[in-house]
Amino acid sequence: MDPASASAARTFELDLAAFEGPFDLLLTLVLKEELELMDVEVAGIVTAFVERLAAGAKGGAGVPSVSELGLEACGEFLVLVASLLELKAHELFPDGDALELAELDAGRAAAELAERLESYRRIKGAALWLAERLEQESDRYFRVGPAPLAPRPSRPLAPQDPAALADAFRQLAAEPASPSLEHLPMKLPSISIFLERFRALVARSRRFVFDEEVAELSRIEQAVALLALMELGKDEEIQLGQSGHLEPIVAWRGTA
Amino acid sequence: MTRTHLFVIDNPADELARTLEGLLVVASSPLSLDELAQAAAEPLERVEAAIGLVGERLREGRSGIVLEQVAGGYALRASRGAAQACARLVERPVQRGLSAAALETLSIIAYLGPVSRPEITRIRGIVSDAIVAGLVERGLIEEAGRARDGGALQYRTAPLFERVFGLTDLSELPRLDDLGGTQEELRGRIEAVADMGAG
Repeated sequence: MDPASASAARTFELDLAAFEGPFDLLLTLVLKEELELMDVEVAGIVTAFVERLAAGAKGGAGVPSVSELGLEACGEFLVLVASLLELKAHELFPDGDALELAELDAGRAAAELAERLESYRRIKGAALWLAERLEQESDRYFRVGPAPLAPRPSRPLAPQDPAALADAFRQLAAEPASPSLEHLPMKLPSISIFLERFRALVARSRRFVFDEEVAELSRIEQAVALLALMELGKDEEIQLGQSGHLEPIVAWRGTA
Repeated sequence: MTRTHLFVIDNPADELARTLEGLLVVASSPLSLDELAQAAAEPLERVEAAIGLVGERLREGRSGIVLEQVAGGYALRASRGAAQACARLVERPVQRGLSAAALETLSIIAYLGPVSRPEITRIRGIVSDAIVAGLVERGLIEEAGRARDGGALQYRTAPLFERVFGLTDLSELPRLDDLGGTQEELRGRIEAVADMGAG
């Protein structure tokens, strides 16, 4: 086979919905599984090839005719298209269905195929009928909008016991329990407040009793105040002392 | 001087007919006789008679608004004579640009529905998911549940399909057997092509 003719059978341009470009590129993409064969209209490929042959017959510039292309190149095209169709058929029919078809003899398979083609032809005929109908009805104008409001369904009340209703209202009218705030997060006072306060105290009176200073505070505030006191003691800003176990803490400035 | 006196006899049928006209004006989709009777709070027989009166008043050539029996009910539309003016006023996105592939898919759903997308793909020989989605968006088809637990979602035509194509119901579609020619015709065409090749 003349290599140029063989190439011509594969390099013609396609303009399909799913692909635009030369036929051999489409084959490559399909084989690499970068293009879904299910999306490709094989009939469109055949039509493009036949149109190319027709252009060649009319003497189109640079387009070979059937005789120039050669029988082998045309045959190669047919083999390629048949292979594509076989691949696509395998993808289109579920496994069980394909197996069923494979078990049919050639005659039955041909009859099955003819039947399926026939049903598709009828669908195409129906589509044509719809297209004509749409044309005939093109002068019918009507309003299209959202569905009308549905009628309100009636919801009659079940028979009620007045005493039960009164009980229910009584429960609703009861004084609610005071809400608990325990779940709210604790607000810790800043340690710096106590640092400043104790510094001021020792500056003013040189000595103070910690327990007396924090007696009015909450336990959380007392804890923070103790931390501030220990911080000052650590930095040797004040001296701390106790006369005995659990006795009041005394703080003073300078040496003891 | 002669004076003409007009006597308007307001019979109950006329009054019901006017009520039905009002209902049909506010409805945006066809109303069945049952729906009309329920909304008008009148017996079905009286509504059936009154809708006949409405049809007589609102018919092609007599009124700009026409009563039509479509999609399993009654609906109002503009008269065909007003079509050109209507075309200048409103667009019709549902009908506009329906491709041959979309009509083919619509035919499969209309004739074989409820039908799933894989079945449509199998019949057409090409993936039709985008076309099905487009038809759903136009309101011409709608979901119809699944064939069985875990099965593919199925589709059927929506009432708007019948309205757009001017069908009273799907039984008005031509028989599928009458469309697309016969196997003999197909075989004959193949043989004719073979004869041409031999010649």
